[in-house]
Amino acid sequence: METVIHSLPVLLLGAVKTLQITTISVFIGCILGLAAGLARLSQRRILRFLATCYVDFIRGTPLLVQVVIVYFGIPQVLREIQSYLVNAYGITPFFKNIPVFLAAVIACSLNSGAYVAEIFRAGIQSIDKGQMEAARSLGMTHGQAMRYVILPQAFKRVIPPLGNEFIALLKDTSVLSVIGFEELFRRGQLIVGATYQAFQIYLTVAFIYLVMVIAFSRLVDYLERRLKTGD
Amino acid sequence: MIEVKNLCKRFGRLEVLRGINCYVAPREVVVIIGPSGSGKSTFLRCLNFLERPTSGEVIIDGVSLTDPKTDLNKVRQEVGMVFQRFNLFPHKTALENIILAPMKVRGLSRKQAEEIAYSLLAKVGLSDKAHAYPDQLSGGQQQRVAIARALAMRPKVMLFDEPTSALDPEMVGEVLAVMKDLAKEGMTMVVVTHEMGFAREVGDRVLFMDEGRILEEGPPGEVFGNPQNERLRAFLSRVLKV
Ligand SMILES: Nc1ncnc2c1ncn2[C@@H]1O[C@H](COP(=O)(O)OP(=O)(O)O)[C@@H](O)[C@H]1O
Ligand SMILES: [Mg+2]
Repeated sequence: METVIHSLPVLLLGAVKTLQITTISVFIGCILGLAAGLARLSQRRILRFLATCYVDFIRGTPLLVQVVIVYFGIPQVLREIQSYLVNAYGITPFFKNIPVFLAAVIACSLNSGAYVAEIFRAGIQSIDKGQMEAARSLGMTHGQAMRYVILPQAFKRVIPPLGNEFIALLKDTSVLSVIGFEELFRRGQLIVGATYQAFQIYLTVAFIYLVMVIAFSRLVDYLERRLKTGD
Repeated sequence: MIEVKNLCKRFGRLEVLRGINCYVAPREVVVIIGPSGSGKSTFLRCLNFLERPTSGEVIIDGVSLTDPKTDLNKVRQEVGMVFQRFNLFPHKTALENIILAPMKVRGLSRKQAEEIAYSLLAKVGLSDKAHAYPDQLSGGQQQRVAIARALAMRPKVMLFDEPTSALDPEMVGEVLAVMKDLAKEGMTMVVVTHEMGFAREVGDRVLFMDEGRILEEGPPGEVFGNPQNERLRAFLSRVLKV
């Protein structure tokens, strides 16, 4: 029990990092996701194709694998390109590694973007076709109809699933421990390594995740109810 | 005002329009009747290219919609459309529904657009509902707002696709009254409807459509009083009985 109390501040700081990385990633994911979601519904085949590749690749592979590709895989390629440039043009080498935090943000944002893209696509498609037709019949361009008519309605509908995506990613950020990003779970691991109190510490870690998830679910429920009445 | 030449539309292997020719003069009110599934909605939607015809030509006010150089958005500004299911924007009030396109498409200021909107709301008898959301309005009221929304673009032509079919019977009259007023003011109108009374009273010409063709056309008196086509007779005896 004493170990638990002593480790609590460290674990809670880890929880803050977990929340931080999740918030940043879902935020960037929303921007990526809106773009990719619109691209999947675009008239242009090439945009549709690229967006589908992105979404399918991310959703078809584990986050763990995506994280190690970003942290270990991409820097290796960059280093190889760099050493070629060093040999060929005599530039001075400057790149060694991607900072852990940056790698975590890139991997989680790319991951989140793909799921958010599907959420936006479904949200946009759930809007009655008559809305687009009414807007177009008034002379609006496709873009204007999206912006003033379709998206404002779709945004309301995507808030609950976006909340679920946030919760899912909040839990999944625990895989960032493999690249040494010191979020909640990684800090638990380190404490267990030093104290051998696996049961108490991991249970505490689980409990902190649970509290965050429940708090956030409540918030989503609340928003969902408020949006329903204001529909 | 509207000229249609040999218009054909196919959905996959389904031939919905099979060579339609017609002409709508300025200030004319043309009523289209026909059994459900005969292609009336598709025809109307081809007139503003919400549906792209497979072949044939549509010319509105001298502008050919088939011409690749034609800016369809420009043409649609001149062609108002009213839908069976209203299609008001549910996240906007009646007023906001009406001013959106004049502001974003025509580039009017909010003040100018609101001025137009209030006068149109008065015209359709809904001055007191400017700030109501669509779900706070009855079907008849929603449809009148939808008509005002279309009129706010100052269109040269109005298309109506069964504007009263989704309404409770007691609300049909209020919508038809607005349409009658419009007709009286000289608006060019193409109206798909099952309201034979309206067709007789307001229509200058009635077209009977069946299986993607116009089988008979003429002044309402002749089409209803002395139908030539066998299918038209069958259709009329069906609808007039109810
Ligand atoms: N987008 C579409 N895709 C496939 N078939 C359609 C589509 N729109 C209409 N149709 C078909 O075209 C035919 C005519 O439809 P419509 O023009 O709505 O007839 P009406 O308005 O006279 O009832 C129907 O058989 C309908 O199923
Ligand atoms: Mg129809």
